Amino acid sequence: MAGIDIEGLATVYPNGVRAVDGLDLTVADGEFFALLGPSGCGKTTLLRTIAGLESATEGTVRIDSADVTRLEPGKRGVAMVFQDYALFPHMTVSENITYPLKVRRVAPSTRAEVAERTSGELSLHGLLERRPGQLSGGQQQRVALARAIASEGKVLLLDEPLSNLDARLRLEARTFLKKLQKDLGITTVFVTHDQAEALALADRIAVMQDGKLRQLGSPREVFARPSNTFVANFIGSTPMNLVPGVVSASSIDGRPVDGGSNGSAVGAVSLAGGSLPAATASAPAGAEVTVGIRPEYLTLSTRDVSGPSLRGSVVVAENLGTMSLVSVDCDGTLIGVTVPEEDEPAPGTPVVLTASAQRVLLYDKESGELLARQPAVVG
Amino acid sequence: MATPPESVPVPPVPGRPARVRGPAQDVAGLGIGRAVGFLAPALLLIGAFLVFPAIWTIYIGITNYRLTGVEAVSPSIVGLSNYTRALNDALFHNALWLTLLFVLGSAIIGQNILGFALAWTMRRARPAVRRTVEALVLLAWILPSTVVAYLWIAFFDRDTGTLNSILGTQGTAWLIDYPMVCLVLFNTWRGTAFSMMLYSSALQAVPPSQLESARMVGASGWQTLRDIVFPHIRGHVLTNTLLISLWTANDFSPFLLTKGGPNHESETVPVYIYNVALQGGELGYSSAISFLLLIANLLVALLYLRLLRRRS
Repeated sequence: MAGIDIEGLATVYPNGVRAVDGLDLTVADGEFFALLGPSGCGKTTLLRTIAGLESATEGTVRIDSADVTRLEPGKRGVAMVFQDYALFPHMTVSENITYPLKVRRVAPSTRAEVAERTSGELSLHGLLERRPGQLSGGQQQRVALARAIASEGKVLLLDEPLSNLDARLRLEARTFLKKLQKDLGITTVFVTHDQAEALALADRIAVMQDGKLRQLGSPREVFARPSNTFVANFIGSTPMNLVPGVVSASSIDGRPVDGGSNGSAVGAVSLAGGSLPAATASAPAGAEVTVGIRPEYLTLSTRDVSGPSLRGSVVVAENLGTMSLVSVDCDGTLIGVTVPEEDEPAPGTPVVLTASAQRVLLYDKESGELLARQPAVVG
Repeated sequence: MATPPESVPVPPVPGRPARVRGPAQDVAGLGIGRAVGFLAPALLLIGAFLVFPAIWTIYIGITNYRLTGVEAVSPSIVGLSNYTRALNDALFHNALWLTLLFVLGSAIIGQNILGFALAWTMRRARPAVRRTVEALVLLAWILPSTVVAYLWIAFFDRDTGTLNSILGTQGTAWLIDYPMVCLVLFNTWRGTAFSMMLYSSALQAVPPSQLESARMVGASGWQTLRDIVFPHIRGHVLTNTLLISLWTANDFSPFLLTKGGPNHESETVPVYIYNVALQGGELGYSSAISFLLLIANLLVALLYLRLLRRRS
């Protein structure tokens, strides 16, 4: 087992596109690591550069402290599962799984043992003599995983591991994959464009845009405290409210923020015709900012409340299952807020929105970066 | 326009293709008479220039028809004696053997392997290199035979030939000393384009992720070819081998280089047929041999169809 160290890595295509652009990253031993971003952000190129299928233009890749930047893919001790699984259609499941061993000229008897054992681990019992064409999507994926595991690499790379499965199977496979990774304890890097998948599976997530790292952190961190508006927009199944606002008072009552590690004062920020409490220590009164707050962190009430709040009327409510996403028109700005299904207000209802200061994030209006000394994540 | 409910197509039952049995419908709505009218010119041309000569060949194959002399005016039917003569004709055996060598050397081995090698290596070459190589290989294929034959005669020439200049072997008469080697080289050069193009498109059907999977587990070039690529293109190899074998067996351009000589050393069956018919004037006998060549072609094609069917 081994960690991955990436330093100043750049992968430039012959047409001049810098798919990966000066990236530093460390994946710890045994970690389940997600590369997340929209299509074209360079996440797959990064994965392929770690694998050795693309050659790095600048920088180094180390696996288990050994420099593998110029090594052939087969010599890096890396196993990869492709998006389409890349099973060999003319080989049986057993032959597919043990192909890495056949290449290394391992004796057939040993290969049969490995096929038996690995297929057991991946619930492929009784399928060893079938061909990939006779398997379901989920089974094909497990065969591809089995082949990668049988090659006994130090690092497992997965390219969009769940995207070729239908929605119901995907959840099942997600649970399976997470458990398998924990059981094997193998350092795993996977690529996904689906933020929910990254949040659910990964120990840590690297959010990428245009070949660069935009945020690196645990799923909780990137969800609760996106370090810029790009990540704020990208993460979360309901989009974060990003509304222009002005810091109206650097302090209301001089109390430190609840749970704030830096003791920053609670201030207020005015937006959408109202105001919300916020940690404003890093922004002077009158500063223009972008206010970010997740619909999940806003509280909706139909009665008047004291303190900073937003007032508006319900425009539309979308059912999300146990929750509803309510769009509230606050002085011409639509603000999303999630409420439990039983509290869903009727359209037209006048409502008041409140939030706790530690959930209200302030971003620089120009750069979109999170303003310094914002409250740390709680929980 | 609304679709009437009764015309909603019934989904086909799996495993039972929805095929209309019995005679085909009059889909064009022409009526039989007019349809025949449209077909007639084509049928007449095919009949006059393909079917009639073929049947005529079979017919004169059982006569002693000659180019000149009494039998040119009034040939008589000799039954199967042309065929029994062919079975005991040492020169015909020689021609068959040389054709086999020619097909084996220039088609099955030469064009197949060179074509595949070019397709495989050009796959990852820079576009400019790939286009240049493809253009050159194609050029060898599309130039008229007479032009190409002239070039190769100049290449192999004893006194001022290019090959002798390159190798420093002045005075070697390649076409006389090694006629079959020359023909195999010539035909490999001439016909590789088809194999290259067929294999180029076949290789595109191999999913890149499978090749990369092989790379990831450290498979060598040969292991990748054997385990991943060949199983994918087996059908293409079969098709290609059949086509180039038939074309090579029936190819007449060896005549342009060596005329079958020296002393029948490069006389493949088509060249032998020509020499028997026009040098020897024995049209009846050469027709019989033509028919035998046709039978051989049919047998190879049948074998191929059988192999293809077994695959599916």
